[in-house]
Amino acid sequence: MRQSLLALLAKEPAHGYELKQALETIFGGAYPSPNIGQIYVTLGRLEKDGHVRSVDVEQANRPNKKVYYITATGREALENWVEEPTEGPRVRDEFFMKLVLAPMTGLSDRMALVNRQRRHYLALMRDLRELAERTDPANRVALLLIEGAMLHLQADLDWLERCQEDLP
Amino acid sequence: MSADAPVVRAVNLVKIYQTGGLPVPAVRGVDLTVEAGEFVAIMGPSGSGKSTLVHMLGGLDTRTSGEIWLDGRRADTLSESGWAVLRREKIGFVFQFFNLVANMTVADNVELPALLGGVSPRQARERREYLLGELGLTDRAGASPAQLSGGEQQRVALARALANQPRLLLADEPTGNLDSRNTRDVLRLLGQVHGQGQTIALVTHDARVASMADRVVSLLDGQIVDDGAIPKSRRRPLGGAGDVVELRS
Repeated sequence: MRQSLLALLAKEPAHGYELKQALETIFGGAYPSPNIGQIYVTLGRLEKDGHVRSVDVEQANRPNKKVYYITATGREALENWVEEPTEGPRVRDEFFMKLVLAPMTGLSDRMALVNRQRRHYLALMRDLRELAERTDPANRVALLLIEGAMLHLQADLDWLERCQEDLP
Repeated sequence: MSADAPVVRAVNLVKIYQTGGLPVPAVRGVDLTVEAGEFVAIMGPSGSGKSTLVHMLGGLDTRTSGEIWLDGRRADTLSESGWAVLRREKIGFVFQFFNLVANMTVADNVELPALLGGVSPRQARERREYLLGELGLTDRAGASPAQLSGGEQQRVALARALANQPRLLLADEPTGNLDSRNTRDVLRLLGQVHGQGQTIALVTHDARVASMADRVVSLLDGQIVDDGAIPKSRRRPLGGAGDVVELRS
């Protein structure tokens, strides 16, 4: 979340609640609605690291609000983040660990594990499909995130099939 | 035939191909029942016997042994012409390769099964307009199959299979040639007709299609290794606060 907040602040200074709203608007239902406490904790860390600074802005009839803005250091950190390549797919997979290890313990056989996992993936796919149907067709960002999650899930299912074929 | 007979009942179904010398078993003792109104997805690796299974259920491939009952009626003992009549009356089939009639327009391809099924030309036209509309093909109605892309032909084949409101829709990878957007149209139409009571059994490796089904049947080496409902996911429902993306602070 550090980088998404920095990116939003690179556009314009904002207070915590505005950042929360901006994330919700941009990513729609595809993004977990960030909790305001988490946002303030992250802003605090960014401030400690010198990536952002804050000023108190007086408001009529209300407590002051803290407006955050990005520093030169913050901008540099953001540039580095944008330029460096992003991690590829994970190679450690919790289900695969179960699949390899559980039969050794006699706890479960592989066929049963694969079958249960397949049904679970399909249930998740149904959730994603329904989320996509509920999402505003104009929100391309949210829909692309959901489509990405669907493609990953499809790859997981294909891999499950390979495991079922090749593990004795 | 009888109201409560399952639409499909396969009993110990076996298919052995004899190509050259060695007999190759493709389907090895499958028992499968599909009730009226059910949507069953058949999954499994390539070579697991899925296509052979649906082809046998549609009478497009003969069984080596075992029984096939469709709508309460024994079907595996039918002659080729007996199967042809049964298919015309009760089954819509979407092939991997579309088998459209080359010298007829898209509209005529879709209307033909309905007309053969005995509905009025007006009803056949309305059904065709609805199906092509749902699949985004309204403006292709006058084209000939050769003028269509692979994805368009596949969608026309689905429209044709549904023209007759068949007792059973069988399909083999109905989204195999479609991009994401066209797949979405097909999913929406399958959801609609299933909601109207259409019984569906289809082979797919596409998880989006399979996730529409009530039940998933998994094949491996010609045998069913899993047959059951897709559960409700145990996570909190995705919604306004979805969790497609993991948040990292």
